[in-house]
Amino acid sequence: MTDVNPPAVEMLHITKRFSGGVVAVEDVSIGVAQGEIHAVIGENGAGKSTLMGVLSGLIPADSGEIRLSGAPVSNPGPASAVRHGIGMVYQHFMLIPVFTVAENIVLGREPAAGLRFDRRAAEEQVRALSDRYGLKVDPAARVETLSVGQEQRVEILKVLHCGADILILDEPTAVLTPQETKDLFSVLLQLKSQGKTILFISHKLNEVLAIADTITVLRHGKVVETMPAKGAMKESLARMMVGRDLESGAPDPRHPVGAVASASAEVLLELERIEVLRDNGLPALRGVSLQVRSGEILGLAGVEGNGQTELLEVAAGLREKVGGEIRLHDGVSGRDVSRTSISERHRLGLSHIPEDRHRRGLVLDFSVVENAILGRHRDEAFCGPWGIRSSADIEAATLAERFEVHANDLADRVRGLSGGNQQKLVVGRELARRPRVLLAAQPTRGVDLAAVAIIHRALREARSTGAAILLVSSDLSELLALSDRIAVMYEGSVVATLDPAKTTEEELGLYMAGGGRSSAIPS
Amino acid sequence: MNEFSLLPALVPATIQAATPLLFAALGGLISERAGIVNLALEGMMLAGAFAGACAAILLHDAVPGHPAAAAAGAVMAALVAGALVALLHAAACITFRADQVVSGIALNMLVLGLTVFFSQSIFHMKGGTPQLEEVTLGRLSLGASMALSPLCFVAAAVLPVAGFLLFSTPFGLRLRACGEHPRAAATVGIPVARIRYLAVLASGLLAGLGGLYLVFDVGSFSKEMTSGRGYIALAAIIFGRWRPGLTLAGCLLFGLAQSLQLQLQGRVEVPVAFLQMLPYGVTLVVLAGAIGRSTPPAALGKTG
Repeated sequence: MTDVNPPAVEMLHITKRFSGGVVAVEDVSIGVAQGEIHAVIGENGAGKSTLMGVLSGLIPADSGEIRLSGAPVSNPGPASAVRHGIGMVYQHFMLIPVFTVAENIVLGREPAAGLRFDRRAAEEQVRALSDRYGLKVDPAARVETLSVGQEQRVEILKVLHCGADILILDEPTAVLTPQETKDLFSVLLQLKSQGKTILFISHKLNEVLAIADTITVLRHGKVVETMPAKGAMKESLARMMVGRDLESGAPDPRHPVGAVASASAEVLLELERIEVLRDNGLPALRGVSLQVRSGEILGLAGVEGNGQTELLEVAAGLREKVGGEIRLHDGVSGRDVSRTSISERHRLGLSHIPEDRHRRGLVLDFSVVENAILGRHRDEAFCGPWGIRSSADIEAATLAERFEVHANDLADRVRGLSGGNQQKLVVGRELARRPRVLLAAQPTRGVDLAAVAIIHRALREARSTGAAILLVSSDLSELLALSDRIAVMYEGSVVATLDPAKTTEEELGLYMAGGGRSSAIPS
Repeated sequence: MNEFSLLPALVPATIQAATPLLFAALGGLISERAGIVNLALEGMMLAGAFAGACAAILLHDAVPGHPAAAAAGAVMAALVAGALVALLHAAACITFRADQVVSGIALNMLVLGLTVFFSQSIFHMKGGTPQLEEVTLGRLSLGASMALSPLCFVAAAVLPVAGFLLFSTPFGLRLRACGEHPRAAATVGIPVARIRYLAVLASGLLAGLGGLYLVFDVGSFSKEMTSGRGYIALAAIIFGRWRPGLTLAGCLLFGLAQSLQLQLQGRVEVPVAFLQMLPYGVTLVVLAGAIGRSTPPAALGKTG
């Protein structure tokens, strides 16, 4: 405060409560120096996104003050934040798929020729910006045709086009391949060298240590500590985020503990030459064959949109296929379940942790109890002719305890739970069925480290009791830590099957990007 | 049946039947491109028709001998009435985040009730109005066999203007952004609520004119005289994939069905009631074909 140059951003005593009295951030103060990369880390629900929402004007704070270069911001709001040079790159991109890259970037400050929107000038501006910061994009391409990494570049360019000097990136690497992450980091360093101030939200400690100058740790809506990144230790950061030591659920063991399936173990799930069309009629899967054995986790790696989602949806019965067979084995014979209903597949021992817990995993406006028996609601044990039995309450309480689902009251709506707690509920419910085959899509996406540890432990336990698990994850370290084999998907085909003990994130990334050794074992 | 006598009458009849649809459809197109479902088109048309008829009759009574002034007053009244219904719809959907479909249908019923009420209290009639007498907008001749209401030309002029506004101006880009991804629009400082209000307001003005057209066409207001044209206009938008040119094609198609059923009455041995179903039957068939291949604005109808 006594510096000659005041910090680029100061947030002083910010407090925000959401309806229902949940405190998201309480009396948080942080200062960010001009031209630094400042990482804000914390578990889910620690208040990172709320804090950044306050700074970008999208969330009004209950109390507290924001100062930019020493001057208080009098009238916070999205428009005012934009005027003050604050730009936010959201975790869920704020892009319009049917607009072109240039249209998305200039939206809100369009160049005009008379009354007309000057498309050519817009594309010229985008080209100039993209040259200046080394962010390559085609200004005339429609955003819906871009990869996730390219979309992120568009999002950053959009923020720069607004004239932002302060960039906020909300978990920017969550959706990227390792190579794309590297590219992003070099872009961030270039932006920094041009004097931009960057706020970087993450819970990936390796990345934070690699790129940040300063680190602020948040826990339960409060600042634990702000420190220089130089000399910070990963273990102590993790402890500060969680508030206690983590059990060995962190993704370090190269050789996963638990029973490793031998090649002779029984095949429980078999997919043969599966062909599927995307919603737009183009092929999503081009003849994919996979086998998952009892006591095995088969990891599916791939950049989003290469068919993993569709593969799991087909196996779960949520999507029609145009060719191939899906067989569930019950120890005696394999049964083609292609035409079998979802509830019948459940009876045959199939469970599914869906990719999107809000859309498919939970009914957000149902209670914890109701969600805990969702899919088992036909079970006489839980539902009688007059409604839900009290046994469902007991089941929900058991689940909540076993999977550490923190809810004030099991009768509360699931909407009010944090993402981590919601996900633990979904995982717990699916595993409580004691599945023979488990389809797990992004089981730890967007959840905090403690919840990751619990979910990983649960998946390993299911494996050791003989379940066959098909795991899709965009988190490569998770795949490497959990899987017994990893199949890499690219453009609707399995392009390689790798042994996690003998591969690296870099090699996986290479296959995911469509490259790779020719000596790869085809599946 | 003689097709040679059918055709020359069919072309102007189709244009005339398509005109009120086109007004409403262009309004609905603007509103829906901004993300607001507009089932209230029907009510906006009805309100415009009734207010226009009332203004024409009452002004003519008050100041006899100036039918042109009364007609101008009718146009103003139709615009204002359409805009008022639009403001209610916008307030419900945008400010109060009500379900857009429910708001639209509720407004349609409200307007219907109001026209009956005021018909009774002003004219002591059961839902209609007396004749407009000599108050008209006149007709503009196009060649020997075609004389069209000036409103047909207004509708034809609004079409390219709306197309230009939506697809060639910065404002149009912003409006469409509100219909695709309002949060994204808001984060770059676009006033989403204001733009949506303007879009719904525009739909009210245009649908009001569409209703007025019917009044001048018939020469009086009668109860429920829009008879579902607001909904057919929506079907034309869906058929037109939310694009102005194709929406015009949709309006002409439905207009053709409308005029065909009128022309066929008495010429074919099919009960009139069945012929009258023709436009609605065509609507159903067209919608069944269009749905799935027609992609609405991504944020259309989403509250909150």
